[in-house]
Amino acid sequence: MAQRNMIHALNSAMDIMLGRDPSVVVLGEDVGYFGGVFRCTEGLQRKYGEHRVLDTPIAEGGIIAAAIGMAVNGLRPVAEIQFADYIYPGYDQIVSELARLRYRSAGEFFAPVTVRTPSGGGIRGGQTHSQSPEALFAHVAGLKVVMPSNPYDAKGLLIASIEDDDPVIFFEPKRIYNGPFDGEPDKPAVPWSAHPKGEVPDGHYTVPIGKAEIVRSGNDLTIVTYGTMVHVSEATARKLGLDAEIIDVRTMVPLDSDTICSSVARTGRCVIVHEATRFAGFGAELSATIQEECFWNLQAPIMRVAGWDTPYPHAFEWEYFPGQARVAKALKTVMEPA
Amino acid sequence: MVTKSRLHVPKTPARPGDAPDFSYLELSAAGVVKRPETSARVRDMQSLSDELVRVLDDKHQPVGPWNPRLDSPELQIALRHMLLTRVFDDRLQRIQRSGKISFYMRSLGEEAVSVAMAMALQPGDMLFPSYRNQGLHVVRGRPIVDLMCQCLSNTRDMCKGRQLPVMYHWREGRIFSISGNLATQFPQAVGWAMAAAIKGQDDIAVSWLGEGSSAEADFHHALLFASVYKAPVILNVVNNQWAISTFQGHAGGERRSFAARGPGYGIAGLRVDGNDFLAVYAVTQWAAERARTGHGPTLIEHVTYRAAAHSTSDDPARYRPKEDYQGWPLGDPIERLKGHLIALGEWSEERHAALTAELEAHVAASWKEAVSHGTLTEPPRLDPHLMFEDVFKEMPPHLRKQEAELRAELERG
Repeated sequence: MAQRNMIHALNSAMDIMLGRDPSVVVLGEDVGYFGGVFRCTEGLQRKYGEHRVLDTPIAEGGIIAAAIGMAVNGLRPVAEIQFADYIYPGYDQIVSELARLRYRSAGEFFAPVTVRTPSGGGIRGGQTHSQSPEALFAHVAGLKVVMPSNPYDAKGLLIASIEDDDPVIFFEPKRIYNGPFDGEPDKPAVPWSAHPKGEVPDGHYTVPIGKAEIVRSGNDLTIVTYGTMVHVSEATARKLGLDAEIIDVRTMVPLDSDTICSSVARTGRCVIVHEATRFAGFGAELSATIQEECFWNLQAPIMRVAGWDTPYPHAFEWEYFPGQARVAKALKTVMEPA
Repeated sequence: MVTKSRLHVPKTPARPGDAPDFSYLELSAAGVVKRPETSARVRDMQSLSDELVRVLDDKHQPVGPWNPRLDSPELQIALRHMLLTRVFDDRLQRIQRSGKISFYMRSLGEEAVSVAMAMALQPGDMLFPSYRNQGLHVVRGRPIVDLMCQCLSNTRDMCKGRQLPVMYHWREGRIFSISGNLATQFPQAVGWAMAAAIKGQDDIAVSWLGEGSSAEADFHHALLFASVYKAPVILNVVNNQWAISTFQGHAGGERRSFAARGPGYGIAGLRVDGNDFLAVYAVTQWAAERARTGHGPTLIEHVTYRAAAHSTSDDPARYRPKEDYQGWPLGDPIERLKGHLIALGEWSEERHAALTAELEAHVAASWKEAVSHGTLTEPPRLDPHLMFEDVFKEMPPHLRKQEAELRAELERG
């Protein structure tokens, strides 16, 4: 067991898989010699060689396509897209090819590719380094979509993703690479070493894809969230003195609607919190699912907290980011007596 | 004097009502193009992307350094494969017209591209086809009844009813699934070849697309990755002059050949007479040896002509002269190989007619068998629950729920 931030946890996951399985390869822009712009692949090329950890041209469509071809030939590629904002040149290969190869070939061909990509804002990245496009992938039949919120889950979910025979789009909330973030940018940074989920085992383990986690049990209401917003939601509920049940979705597809809906059925109140834009965001799917299952248990309308429906603005980062004030307003609203 | 730039719009040489015009085509005489060593440096063989490798001359004789020197039995097998492909296409075209299948795409006039290449490759080589490569399946021995069942989306459909007709795949025969989206297979083939090199396999990857699809980013990703990693892959542009109604000039073929894209990326580029079986066979052998010996990828442009409509949903009379193909200077691949065999004294019109009749009977019998497994509209039908399988390896809860909903819907009928 060791204290690890999310970067080290992800690095450990790839290190272990490269070591255990000769079919695992890592490819992407700057991932080799340099170890990635966020250092997630640091040291892996030195350890496993240039044939296992490949620097690629700046061509996301080419990276995904090459990974698909490699996977069809028996490899298990982990492709890094340097920022989720850069994933769109590879979108056709992901949506039309990666997601549907097993289906269209009736299971004769499949491509176990993991696409890792840092997402989300709060790092002064402007509109091209801050996006949260998970809904664009959750909407596509045939993709598993994962987003961890802490180092322990990051490692376990990444290993599970690499071992999975289906394609996985693995979003890494980069604001919390180095420590949990409660939504208050002016406070000193907190490292993962101060957080229980910064305890990361050295060896191989998995966190199952398709299972949400109740990160805090409570009775007043259910907060359904993922990624960075798990921590913002926790801090906000604590400040308001609410006994909130907080569910970290962890996997958008397949969605663990049982865990989510049984919680809301019990608490009768629900707030959904994500960083991504609100309109047709993943929160809409969560809200609709919960409403269908829990309508007669609900004591208040389900509220959504999200980024505004604008591109991510550089100068107005914290007015854009769904911080504690926005979360608090929604929590108070759903707690109002009927 | 002030010069003004003016938008250039590529000219299509002949539209309906015009006489066919192929004066734009740059041809080389058979036998004149040099054959470099397969280890040659790209910069020392750039002219090959502008010249045209041809083996069969106007007297049906094989000439020059690219002659693959195939024996007569092999040539007869080739003729049989090409003719079967054509007879199969003709039959499926007529079946589509009768309404039994929804859609079809013939490879008329382009049979040599698939047949010669598949024959020149090794069985372990992985093929990433486009939608006009049915000859690959024929050469690799796929029973044509399997192809028919796919076109029928019937109970024996390899795709379980999920794909349009002609979007075949065959894992055992090492033929990849056809997407239906254009050019996506090109960089995937390169990835497959990169994996082969990583694993130390001798097998190579081969992919095809049309000159129209070479405009897609995937084409350029394929060339770039193939070049950067020296992947053991053969990338083929089948330049059949037409992308539905759009002439090849609009894909960028007006000033420079498609093969010339290769040297720009540091890849060997060959331009070959795609209707000359022997020439296609020879350049495939060359490129395969180059790839297998670690000298990297080759881009081959096959100069051919799409003699048929793009698909059964298309009417070429609306955009090109009706008699265009009659003016095509590179002839018909089957007629040319047949002429060669006759010139060798190894074939005759009678034998050709007999072979055609035999293949027509084979196709007719296969069709009879195929429809016994159902059609898109007639029983037996595939179970609709199959639509929920293979989305993922294991069916997740939301799909199990939807499958149950459909079952209930169907039971209520």
